[in-house]
Amino acid sequence: MSDSTAVVGAGAPARMRRSRLIDRGFRGTTLVVGLGLIALLALMLVELTTGAWRTFEAFGLHFFVGTSWNPVSGREAFGALPFIFGSLVTSGVAIVIGVPIAVGLALLLNQVRGSIANPLTVFVDILAAIPSVVYGLWALFVLKPILDSSVEPFLIATLGRVPLIGALFRGKAQGPDLFTAGVILAIMILPIVTAVSREVIAVVPRDLREAALALGATRYESVRLAVLPYARSGIVGASMLGLGRALGETIAVSLVVGNTPRIGWSLMDPGATIPSWIASSFREATSVGLHRSALLALAVTLVVMAFILALLSRLLVSRTAELVSGPSADEVVTAAALPRAG
Amino acid sequence: MSATSGAVSLGPVRGVRHVKDVGFTVFLWTCAVLALVPLTWIAFYVVSKGIGALSWNFFTKEPAGPLNPQEGGIVQSFIGTGLIVGIATVIAVPLGILAGIYLAEYGKGPTASAIRLVAYVLLSTPSIVAGAFIWALVVVALGNFSALAGGLSLVVLMWPIVAIASEAVLRLVPQELREGALALGLPRWKTILRVVMPTAGAGLLTAVMLAVARALGETAPILLTALGNDFINTDFRAPTDAVPLRVYDYARTPVEALHSIAWGGALVLLAAVLFLAISARVLSNRQQKRMA
Amino acid sequence: MRKVEIVDLNAWFGSNHVLHGINLTAMPGSVTAIIGPSGCGKSTLIRCLNRMHEEVRGARVEGKVLFDGTDIYGDDVDPVAVRRRIGMVFQRANPFPTMSILDNATAGLRLSGERIQRSKLAERGERALQAAGLWDEVKDRLDEPGGRLSGGQQQRLCIARALAVEPEVILLDEPASALDPASTLRIEELVGNLKERYTIVIVTHNMQQAARVSDWTLFMLFGEVVEFGPTEKVFTTPDDKRTEDYVTGRFG
Repeated sequence: MSDSTAVVGAGAPARMRRSRLIDRGFRGTTLVVGLGLIALLALMLVELTTGAWRTFEAFGLHFFVGTSWNPVSGREAFGALPFIFGSLVTSGVAIVIGVPIAVGLALLLNQVRGSIANPLTVFVDILAAIPSVVYGLWALFVLKPILDSSVEPFLIATLGRVPLIGALFRGKAQGPDLFTAGVILAIMILPIVTAVSREVIAVVPRDLREAALALGATRYESVRLAVLPYARSGIVGASMLGLGRALGETIAVSLVVGNTPRIGWSLMDPGATIPSWIASSFREATSVGLHRSALLALAVTLVVMAFILALLSRLLVSRTAELVSGPSADEVVTAAALPRAG
Repeated sequence: MSATSGAVSLGPVRGVRHVKDVGFTVFLWTCAVLALVPLTWIAFYVVSKGIGALSWNFFTKEPAGPLNPQEGGIVQSFIGTGLIVGIATVIAVPLGILAGIYLAEYGKGPTASAIRLVAYVLLSTPSIVAGAFIWALVVVALGNFSALAGGLSLVVLMWPIVAIASEAVLRLVPQELREGALALGLPRWKTILRVVMPTAGAGLLTAVMLAVARALGETAPILLTALGNDFINTDFRAPTDAVPLRVYDYARTPVEALHSIAWGGALVLLAAVLFLAISARVLSNRQQKRMA
Repeated sequence: MRKVEIVDLNAWFGSNHVLHGINLTAMPGSVTAIIGPSGCGKSTLIRCLNRMHEEVRGARVEGKVLFDGTDIYGDDVDPVAVRRRIGMVFQRANPFPTMSILDNATAGLRLSGERIQRSKLAERGERALQAAGLWDEVKDRLDEPGGRLSGGQQQRLCIARALAVEPEVILLDEPASALDPASTLRIEELVGNLKERYTIVIVTHNMQQAARVSDWTLFMLFGEVVEFGPTEKVFTTPDDKRTEDYVTGRFG
């Protein structure tokens, strides 16, 4: 008897076909939606690039190195360097101040297990959700006055006298400046850099640390010998995530940086970053001339930087996760990179 | 190290090594303080400054005229945020969950890896870029700012979050459950919809909460797409206000009374976002315990 | 009750050839035990009998499995339909955590798309729980979540769940290996009772269990059949020296 109805029952072939159809339809739908994400990325890059194209055509590479920005028709000039400069400087300050603190905190959280560590970890993670406008308000009304009245004059008076780096700390403390923007950015990137660093450090197996201790190393030495070499790539990756966030931050920076396109040595002078400039100019950007296109060109510059950083950071974090056979890179990064706000 | 007696010294570590060790511990604790002080300060400051602004007017009235700004409120911002984030959520959540299902349930080949990578990259999209994208695509093309455009710019940010978080949660459902359902003669799609997803239940909710928390706090994309409005607007094709946007605008004015209202707005935002973040965490812990 | 005949079955995981030319018949109303050392392919074999093997990416099957004469791997046969006639119980109990005990028992019925009245469902659930020897212990708490039961009870719940869809063959993949001795004994008793109404195939790494519970025994090594015969013969006077070595504990 080779009648397949013996196995599947009467009326089954039609039911079966329908069921297989539904199965395939379901899978197909989820696949299409998944591919939609790729389409979104492509669409975004295409839309921004086509919008920016006229500017790139008109100015070519000069767009990236030009220093004057003038949307007035007849005298149009669009050089993005002041904004690239502002972005890199403020983010640089953020990294220099923020990363060591974040890594220190991450090391501490890994070391102090038990009743203090857990709530503290949760606390820092939740702080990652604070919206940037809240940081911005606080930066404008609390941080800036403090920096302007005490910290900056102090830095100008002390470090400002030192040869070489002194050039960074000249000028007037009052008024909006790159330094203030850098400081608020440093505070803003703390939660994410701490979270990812913490995950990356936690993944280093206990036996390595214990082996170091068993050799008679002090706590500090065991961290230097056993933990940091393994976690190093991951920490750099975490810093890149922080850098990406700092570069993309618009609102908080916009409130304290002064939105003045300029390039100069001192951190105490105002400046402008790519996002802050886009936010402050877009309303005046009419369809006549290249202004709109130029702003989109700025956006393209920014997004390419952000994406490259994201890819590099993923690579670095997975390098650490590979060295150590713990959770996969994806899990480490997902666990830490998710609760971000902007 | 004792050179004379030949016995191994068991005394405490002295000298440079000790100094470095202590110094290191001091450094770690300093970092902790430096990190936590500003962050907690911000939270408390917002509460103390904002609480005074929360009044009946604040929640129910539109901005008042220049002569009596303190009488006004920002009701249009609350409604606007509801509209914009609502539009974004309704679009991004189903899309995100479906993508997450693909990655978790069918996702082992190169296509899935590509989608996963793209989702991860999209996660790092600067919010102003999401705004600029929709600005170019929708606002410039249609000629006006709108709540819809605002919602779409948030979708760009929310979709990857929901997708990645959903995948993570669905993967936590033990494979044995899927096998048990398949062995009972359930087709794949039913296994996913009726067994896997309900089991992941709270986790999926967590994914949504994380995305909404992010969307609530966004200012830059809405600035470029919904523009803002001093009046209540319920037409999704028209310019609409939102709480973070209004806070940003008021912060830049020189009017003291408006600053006060801005703190109020910041407080409400902070409370909403922290509530979502904490609830998501609590739910997630409970979910993990359930599946262990 | 139907008989299951395996004819020249081969299986792969990707390019890894794990089952070689298996031939076997499971008689209705009997228990056939599959034994062999770890990695010999027992679980793979049993999973080919309800087309679960192919659910793994890259897995492949060739050959025939005749369910009362019809090849379940035939072109117009739906695996989903196969699994409703050939049920399976897994090594680790996997009750659905979001469902109550009764809902777990009737899950196969409820989710099949057939419309069954609530009263009929409860009735079939009760019958299945009784057949699985769990009814007396849970009849007063049918609404409690399935996860609250002990390990042994959860496994019997899974058996009830498999029984409720009224299959004709039941496959058990090391059903008691994660349980304590008392629970194990109960499962073995259950298998003895069930064989009156079902064709049973059970994989076990525990030889004494195979000897206690089964009528026929298949001994496998490296993905091949070494010996197949009545249990008593395989354990006392096996034909093949390798079988003798295994059942006397010289390796494995």
